[in-house]
Amino acid sequence: MRSIRQRILIVSAGFGGLAAASIVLAPLVGSTTIDLARALDRSVPFSENTDAQILFIARLPRTLAGAMVGGALASAGVVFQGLLRNPLATPFTLGVSAGAALGAMLAITFGWTFGWLGIPAIPAASFAGSISAVTIVYGLARARHGGLSTNVLLLAGVTLNAFFSALILFVQFLADFTDLYRMLRWLVGDLDVASYQPLATALPLLLVSLAVFAWLARPLNLLSLGPDAAHTHGIDVRQAQRAAFFSASLATGAAVSIAGPIGFVGIVVPHLVRLLVGADHRVVLPASVLFGAAFLVCCDVVGRTLIAPVEIPVGVITAIIGGPFFLWLLLRRG
Amino acid sequence: MCALLRAVDVHFSYGTSPVLRDVSIEVPDGGFAGILGPNGSGKTTLLKVLSGTVTPRAGTLTMDGRDIRRMPRAALARRMAVVPQETHLAFDYSVLEVVLMGRYPHLGTFQIEGPNDIAIARRALAATGTSLLEHRQFATLSGGEKQRVVIASALAQVTGDNGTAGSYLLLDEPTAALDLAYQIEIAALLRDLQQRIPITILVSTHDLNFAAGVCTSLVLLSEGRVLATGPTDVVLTRSNILDLYGVEADVRRHDDAGRLVVVPIARAARGAPG
Repeated sequence: MRSIRQRILIVSAGFGGLAAASIVLAPLVGSTTIDLARALDRSVPFSENTDAQILFIARLPRTLAGAMVGGALASAGVVFQGLLRNPLATPFTLGVSAGAALGAMLAITFGWTFGWLGIPAIPAASFAGSISAVTIVYGLARARHGGLSTNVLLLAGVTLNAFFSALILFVQFLADFTDLYRMLRWLVGDLDVASYQPLATALPLLLVSLAVFAWLARPLNLLSLGPDAAHTHGIDVRQAQRAAFFSASLATGAAVSIAGPIGFVGIVVPHLVRLLVGADHRVVLPASVLFGAAFLVCCDVVGRTLIAPVEIPVGVITAIIGGPFFLWLLLRRG
Repeated sequence: MCALLRAVDVHFSYGTSPVLRDVSIEVPDGGFAGILGPNGSGKTTLLKVLSGTVTPRAGTLTMDGRDIRRMPRAALARRMAVVPQETHLAFDYSVLEVVLMGRYPHLGTFQIEGPNDIAIARRALAATGTSLLEHRQFATLSGGEKQRVVIASALAQVTGDNGTAGSYLLLDEPTAALDLAYQIEIAALLRDLQQRIPITILVSTHDLNFAAGVCTSLVLLSEGRVLATGPTDVVLTRSNILDLYGVEADVRRHDDAGRLVVVPIARAARGAPG
């Protein structure tokens, strides 16, 4: 049997190659064929070089957004599943995305244009919304229970999801047609970022989350024995649960602020990864970051090319793949 | 110094309902002790208090004279492992992975199990007769096999530089979820372990014959209070069983089994506690 260190290296190299290949190849594919040699030709001024403009302004940021969002949602899914000890949990189970959606809806309805630290209004409002949702769920779980009872967390999350959905419906009901269309597009989830700025803003948040995930890998293994057993193995259960809850929420909130609530990545990828590499979080977490990145980038390529020149938002593609996958998973478990 | 696990005047309550009242027990090094009592008498809670999983309202808990609650988590975990009544994993880990989880308190934050840890895990699997299950998925095992693997994991957890000397294994109703054959198998395994390696075992159980078969000393727990404590042969008497369970029973030495055997006869008439 290979040692755990070897497994981590082999699995990371494999999925890393997949992610790198998809990030390099995806920008070259699209409804307009671009000439790579011309796009990279420095002698042509950028303002006259349409190939370079398509590559560097439209496709590359979009691909990088796909990689960041895919990696973040997939690994946040792993952490939420480990925290809640429930393989069917997703990054959106505890209400992070509902809060983000409400924030974004409000920003669209009221036509907020102000930014915050150079971040445009909609992502800023969405991120603020996810922070409020996380705070409310955490407060509820703490008030009901000294620690972070997973049952109370789940209940609080589900309730908050329902309540925020009702508020979103109310906001939508009051909105005019143009705003309603923008809301719909946001809720579907789309990677059309058209600049590097949102990526640069989200990157530090995601890096912080990933650093915490790396620390969490072993505690999450022990937590799957149950909180009491984890405790008698020498784990500070509350600290680990708190770290898991906040870091996974942060990664989810940052990802959703870039691309909206793209569904199913956070559950499809972790399960495929576990089928391939087993359950050890020290292997599953890096593999999920890399495979999640490759998966979402590829889904977006499908969305951009399937009925080109019409672009299908990537959230539709992941939902079409994810829905049946989720059912298969349920039937397989039953 | 001789290892000693001691609880003095422990009070514990869930909300306002008291679960443990004035409980004092001593588990000396190398023994096989049992906490015996009916359902709801506080056995599981007492184990949770001893392992630091829950904090008592009052009382002191010491190991070798040191306050358990002031010991670093990992240091306590290296000396004391707990085997729950049943173990359900949220994800599909292999048997070896489950046993290696026991090595957690021996490793640094980002340290990965080395050859020494794997050797200790394999020895623990061998000691519990589960070597052949090493590569199986834990979830696919039978109840008795799971219990053996979790015991192996607990052994790996308390194995230090001096082996398991001075370590404690706490088992919560280890046979309650098992059928007769597995009950006997687990009892034999625990007895065998305790005789072969230096380790102290403390089990909670409501099963009189299991207790009579494995424990050298008993604490009888009734409604959160200690009813009697002492060597099994001394405290496992007709009158104590009547007080503990409200059941008339015959207690006699069985020649083939070579130990006390309890035969419940009838539920006692009204007025007896139970």
